[in-house]
Amino acid sequence: MSYRLLSVDKEELDISPPGLKERNYLGLSDCSSVDSSTIHNRVQDGEKSNLNFKATELRLGLPESQSPERETDFGLLSPRTPDEKLLFPLLPSKDTAASATIGHKNVVSGNKRGFADTWDEFSSVKGSVRPGGGINMMLSPKIKDVPKSILEERSHAKGGSNNAPAAKAQVVGWPPIRSYRKNTMASSTSKNTDEVDGKPGLGALFVKVSMDGAPYLRKVDLRTYTCYQQLSSALEKMFSCFTLGQCGLHGAQGRERMSEIKLKDLLHGSEFVLTYEDKDGDWMLVGDVPWEIFTETCQKLKIMKGSDSIGLAPGAVEKSKNKDRV
Amino acid sequence: MNYFPDEVVEHVFDFVTSHKDRNAISLVCKSWYKIERYSRQKVFIGNCYATNPERLLRRFPCLKSLTLKGKPHFADFNLVPHEWGGFVLPWIEALARSRVGLEELRLKRMVVTDESLELLSRSFVNFKSLVLVSCEGFTTDGLASIAANCRHLRDLDLQENEIDDHRGQWLSCFPDTCTTLVTLNFACLEGETNLVALERLVARSPNLKSLKLNRAVPLDALARLMSCAPQMVDLGVGSYENDPDSESYLKLQAAIKKCTLLRSLSGFLEAAPHCLSAFHPICHNLTSLNLSYAAEIHGSHLIKLIQHCKKLQRLWILDSIGDKGLEVVASTCKELQELRVFPSDLLGGGNTAVTEEGLVAISAGCPKLHSILYFCQQMTNAALVTVAKNCPNFIRFRLCILEPNKPDHVTSQPLDEGFGAIVKACKSLRRLSLSGLLTDQVFLYIGMYANQLEMLSIAFAGDTDKGMLYVLNGCKKMKKLEIRDSPFGDTALLADVSKYETMRSLWMSSCEVTLSGCKGLAEKAPWLNVEIINETDNNRMEENGHEGRQKVDKLYLYRTVVGTRMDAPPFVWIL
Repeated sequence: MSYRLLSVDKEELDISPPGLKERNYLGLSDCSSVDSSTIHNRVQDGEKSNLNFKATELRLGLPESQSPERETDFGLLSPRTPDEKLLFPLLPSKDTAASATIGHKNVVSGNKRGFADTWDEFSSVKGSVRPGGGINMMLSPKIKDVPKSILEERSHAKGGSNNAPAAKAQVVGWPPIRSYRKNTMASSTSKNTDEVDGKPGLGALFVKVSMDGAPYLRKVDLRTYTCYQQLSSALEKMFSCFTLGQCGLHGAQGRERMSEIKLKDLLHGSEFVLTYEDKDGDWMLVGDVPWEIFTETCQKLKIMKGSDSIGLAPGAVEKSKNKDRV
Repeated sequence: MNYFPDEVVEHVFDFVTSHKDRNAISLVCKSWYKIERYSRQKVFIGNCYATNPERLLRRFPCLKSLTLKGKPHFADFNLVPHEWGGFVLPWIEALARSRVGLEELRLKRMVVTDESLELLSRSFVNFKSLVLVSCEGFTTDGLASIAANCRHLRDLDLQENEIDDHRGQWLSCFPDTCTTLVTLNFACLEGETNLVALERLVARSPNLKSLKLNRAVPLDALARLMSCAPQMVDLGVGSYENDPDSESYLKLQAAIKKCTLLRSLSGFLEAAPHCLSAFHPICHNLTSLNLSYAAEIHGSHLIKLIQHCKKLQRLWILDSIGDKGLEVVASTCKELQELRVFPSDLLGGGNTAVTEEGLVAISAGCPKLHSILYFCQQMTNAALVTVAKNCPNFIRFRLCILEPNKPDHVTSQPLDEGFGAIVKACKSLRRLSLSGLLTDQVFLYIGMYANQLEMLSIAFAGDTDKGMLYVLNGCKKMKKLEIRDSPFGDTALLADVSKYETMRSLWMSSCEVTLSGCKGLAEKAPWLNVEIINETDNNRMEENGHEGRQKVDKLYLYRTVVGTRMDAPPFVWIL
């Protein structure tokens, strides 16, 4: 079970109405486009069923969008073993809503970048990053025909776009600005609430997220979330590949060795708790203070094993017992 | 053919300081190689994995200054996982063991731990200068060891690092006997600063020329600091906010007036714009101004400040300056050599703060301009052609149109012709970053004209492998090629394997290269490290029986004389 993780730094959780499409943005794990509650339910369903992989895999898709068809000759991603599925299809194949996005869907299938896929609901803000023209680059022989249709595509997408104010569709690592700069600017402009221009500011606040047992840590942009629910779902998605995959890390080719029990525990989510380090260096459980205060004080996040966090009562102060993962 | 004894030759070599030149000298003959290597004091290693500390020390036993770069450039934009590598500890350990007389260490994009800093501080008696740029992995505890143990510390320059601020008392770890500081830059520290310790330190450092404060140093402290350091040349203002009481403000004005040597100003992370006028008296001396973090300074305050800066050579600014503001720059700053315009609004709110007009205005008004980094919302070929005509002296040209694949907003054409004009006119161009809608054509131009190009950054550009091939075949001096989200694949990758021996590195992410292509390359070129960075379990790529046709997400390859590195994390697969 795996999905490739991208830094979630610019991704958002779109609290959009259902009808969200799977986004296959740079091939795989675009964590951003799905209703979090949908995922959660899906996982639960999986548990109740007989825990076969397909049912339990975490996916960004809506329950309707099934995965098996994906494993065709997309070239980019193929299922690794019969048991493992890609979490995110290259294209929203079954998703009828998605077909509205692109008439080029089939052409795109041969290539790996479904940029235009991402456009529908994301780009509510004019001038936001819109690699809809990305299709242009993919269709080498057809380059001349494409631009016009792309423009049409864009206006179509614009019309159907989701107007959630928090929506910003951004490519990982684009625009090419150092996180340091983004963070610094964010801290500066967040104090400027009385600016005449009403500029939203840079809106980036990256914090490191580590997880016990995970081989590496991630960064998330706290400003892309507006509540704990979103953050928690995003993290769940981001790190689920570790929870499920870490059994594999213990063995040689450990995928097959994953025990049912462990999987269930992990999926329950009760095994892990989310904690954060605040400005004073203390580790607290996430969720006790209002979101705005949390974003201002959170320096780092850590997903701890439930057993290790026992001492962290809500609001309690405790230094992290675990080895530092910085 | 040596007509002179070695000592004379060595003395001549002392005047040759650039790395390129010294490298060239060492290739002339065995005798010169030997003389050169024993007299070499400064070594620059652009990729820390291209060699290892043992080889470095064997060749240059008299090393005093080392510059190391670790992660690939795209790591700046979160494209490289944190644990990828670039650890400095093995280097410091080896240098410490060898008892080389290290005095300077400059690191960029490396992982530095407190342990490394501690070891560094204890191992080299004459250690003088530490410069860390975009590094991570250490805390203020590491800084405390440097402060406490480096008796002759001259420079402590921390630029845009990620430092865990333990809010300790690292500043007070400088012993009272430490009076040698010339550079102190801790602007990137987020935590509180011990102002008393800082002021005492500055007061006892008569040679202090460069002081860059962090956010936690308020305006009244700034006034005091400047009063006891009127010799300041380079100042980074921390927090410049809140209406200071009139007494503090008067003190500040007085202190600033005394800093007649001040040439460079930066910081203003939080600024009360109307207090900027305190700096007006010294603006006419300024050669460098970095307001790229000063989100609150714009509009008339900014313009007024700039209008005083007639001698400016370097300006880093936010795009809130607008085209009109850039026109003011163009008419005021005739000495301008380097300009960077950063985006102030990353949410893509569509505020078209700067456009191609600002760029054209600058190019027309500033004849000495040779380096530019420009983030904007839109561009036209016509503008780029004009810019090329106005400024044929560009060495670095980096244009970032915020929206990928955006065409000329007037003609809807790709920007091939515009960039083509740039590379054709700017014969000394060494660094180029592309953006906007681009076809293979632009790469044809680059291959044909960009003879001096050493670094090229490509994103969302091109149509076929031909694009990449044009570049590989044409740019003889290419050193670093980094490509993302472009349709270049195995054909281009494998066309000329020996080319990579002439380059430092190649980065390709989200392109069309496949695993089998990479494997083929690795087989043909054992002197390359071909790294596949795959954030899912790498083993899976192997298990999959699709004959390696699956695409590689991130490829990073670089020449090396020391083979596969041993410190790669599990998600990096070195073929």
